[in-house]
Amino acid sequence: MGRYLVSRLLQIIFLLLIFQTLLFFLLEAMPGGIENQFIGNPDIPPEAKQIIIERLGLDKPVGERYLSYLGNFLRGDLGVSYVQYPKPVMDIIVERAPRTIVLFATATIVSFWTGFVLGKQLAWRRGGLFEYTVTMGGAFLYTVFTPWFGLIMIWIFSFKLGLFPVAGFLTPQKWTGAPFSSNRVFGLLILTIVVFCILLAALYFFTRKLAPWKREVRLAGVVLLLGATVALWAASPYGPYGWDIVHHMILPVITVTLVAFAGTMLLTRNSMLETLREDYILTARAKGLSEKVVRDKHAARNAMLPVVTSLVLGLAGILSGGIITETIFSWPGMGLTLLQAALTEDIPLTVGAFTFVAVIALFAHLVVDIMYVYLDPRMRVQG
Amino acid sequence: MSETTQTMDAVITEPLWRIRLRLMWKGFKKNWALFAENKIGIVGIVIIVLFALMIPAHPILMATVWDPRIYDPVIGYDEILVEKEVVEEVTDPSTQIQVSIAKLDYYHLDPELGDTITIAEQPAPPSRQHLLGTDPLGRDVFSQLMYSTFSEFVLGILAALVTVFIATTVGAVAAYYGGFLDTFFMRVADLIIILPLIPIMILLGAMIDLQLWHLAIIIGILVGFGGTTLVLKSQALTVKVKPFIEAARVAGGSNWHIIFTHLIPNLMPLAFLYMMFTVTTAIFLEAVLSFFGLMDVNMSWGLMINVAQSQGYLLSGTRYWWLLIPAGAAITLLCTAFYLVGRALDEVINPRLRQR
Repeated sequence: MGRYLVSRLLQIIFLLLIFQTLLFFLLEAMPGGIENQFIGNPDIPPEAKQIIIERLGLDKPVGERYLSYLGNFLRGDLGVSYVQYPKPVMDIIVERAPRTIVLFATATIVSFWTGFVLGKQLAWRRGGLFEYTVTMGGAFLYTVFTPWFGLIMIWIFSFKLGLFPVAGFLTPQKWTGAPFSSNRVFGLLILTIVVFCILLAALYFFTRKLAPWKREVRLAGVVLLLGATVALWAASPYGPYGWDIVHHMILPVITVTLVAFAGTMLLTRNSMLETLREDYILTARAKGLSEKVVRDKHAARNAMLPVVTSLVLGLAGILSGGIITETIFSWPGMGLTLLQAALTEDIPLTVGAFTFVAVIALFAHLVVDIMYVYLDPRMRVQG
Repeated sequence: MSETTQTMDAVITEPLWRIRLRLMWKGFKKNWALFAENKIGIVGIVIIVLFALMIPAHPILMATVWDPRIYDPVIGYDEILVEKEVVEEVTDPSTQIQVSIAKLDYYHLDPELGDTITIAEQPAPPSRQHLLGTDPLGRDVFSQLMYSTFSEFVLGILAALVTVFIATTVGAVAAYYGGFLDTFFMRVADLIIILPLIPIMILLGAMIDLQLWHLAIIIGILVGFGGTTLVLKSQALTVKVKPFIEAARVAGGSNWHIIFTHLIPNLMPLAFLYMMFTVTTAIFLEAVLSFFGLMDVNMSWGLMINVAQSQGYLLSGTRYWWLLIPAGAAITLLCTAFYLVGRALDEVINPRLRQR
């Protein structure tokens, strides 16, 4: 496992380097060249232009610039934003990344779970009205024009019903005089999500063998965990601020979930249908096991493997959906930053934001790979 | 020996192309029966045909009934005059106008409270002249909707063709030769799969003026070298071990001959299925990028929503429904239709998914 992890990490770093190389040469091939953005202005005297070119290192050969570009990337120096001059791109990323990570992590978990549970049911109740409605609805949501759908959601839930805020990620009035920054609260939220998931996994792992009371113990455990998390947050001084952020987050998460769950759902359905033809399902039925046990233990567990593999594909989709959602909900994360930077032709920030999205995608891929090793016993034997 | 040749000639009297055509027709009928079993595929086909009918309908209407000065999707303008009562507090926005707004220089009028003024109102609600109303710039929404259909189809089909061309060739070559080529293309595919398409397109949009055919080719390349290659390669691997490939090799067929006349035709059904999904992706991406204002197009469904947004009608809800609902619904319906056809084809091609 350790060796596997190390090799995967090395692969990720290698991929990132390839990726930066591609980006560098894409920038090189860009019509007009990056220096024209700075020195296209005819009012700047030639001496000043010369100084700018020298300071940007544009007089050096391509190879040397490429090496210094890679070196800067490895040191975490992504340049300076043009529009928010002289703010370094790295600072902007550090400021905004937690917001995207929280949104992305929550939406991924919720949409994957929803899709898996629904897909399981769909395969089980093949051919009925339920299947047609959910398949059609799922396909509709999967291909719906996301910005438009987001607007409809805002209009219904924020505008008409007034349940959620219309836009933004916090209410500024509530935060005046707050003793800490919003990023600290975001950091704690990320920590909570991670700890919660780990504890949940531990709970499921340790209650495997409690045959007659498993269901009840697990239910009690989940309720206890949820209660403890909420109580801990409510008791801490971060409580009201955390709730403010969560309140702003609910509608975007619902939107991303609705847009993204169908991919997992339809795939789980296909995978289940294929699994249900296997001989061991017939054996399980012949043994007289209940339908629920056959479905959840024998079919769904095996049908899950291709679904987890496809989660990699799904991750890219969720990230894309998240970026659209961020722009619609004015959620000032990396997606919105990327779009605004692109619209104002702030190339360093665009490239920086894009690199960040790529890093998130690569690491999410790694997490899925690790999950896969635990799900598939064959991988454990080999690796 | 000569006797057998003679008997062979005697048996096959009709030309080869007729036999091939008959076999194709037979196969088509069989597959169509399987396809028609699934209602969702039929729904998709009906929607696609309805949209396709708009392509010839628009130029015909422009040439006959619609005056180009009014109905041109890009530069048309219709001045719709509305009588409005000048009041203090607006209770019915369709017949009343607030006094502070009516006094604006923009209207070149100086009304008093209680006057009735005649002003040009944009966006105008649906009427007999404008079936779906006009947009904030006074252009006919229905005309824009029909006009954009053509470019959406061209974009989708071009992207799908590029994808399938790349994916079948690369998939077949990688499966047939294996080794370094295989590893290389599979790693490239892995890399592309991980990256979300929309940020890539946003990044490219920041660097170049994206036109429709740029977009079609970029999507074609990314999707073609990405997920589609993986699927087609695994299919090619199962075809490669079939006896007829062995037979072709024994008969002296060269590698390229085997790949192009025996391997690739057997990948075509699956490739066709993935064409449908690529069309969905392409239309969706174009709409999103137009909506963001990163595309260099003069009219498209995404741009229609972009205009509504930039003019501030986004959260007007049902009052200006014709600015958002037709374009959004058109994008969604056409994407869903191609996706549904893809799903239905999946059940035709993959026998394990069929009912019973």
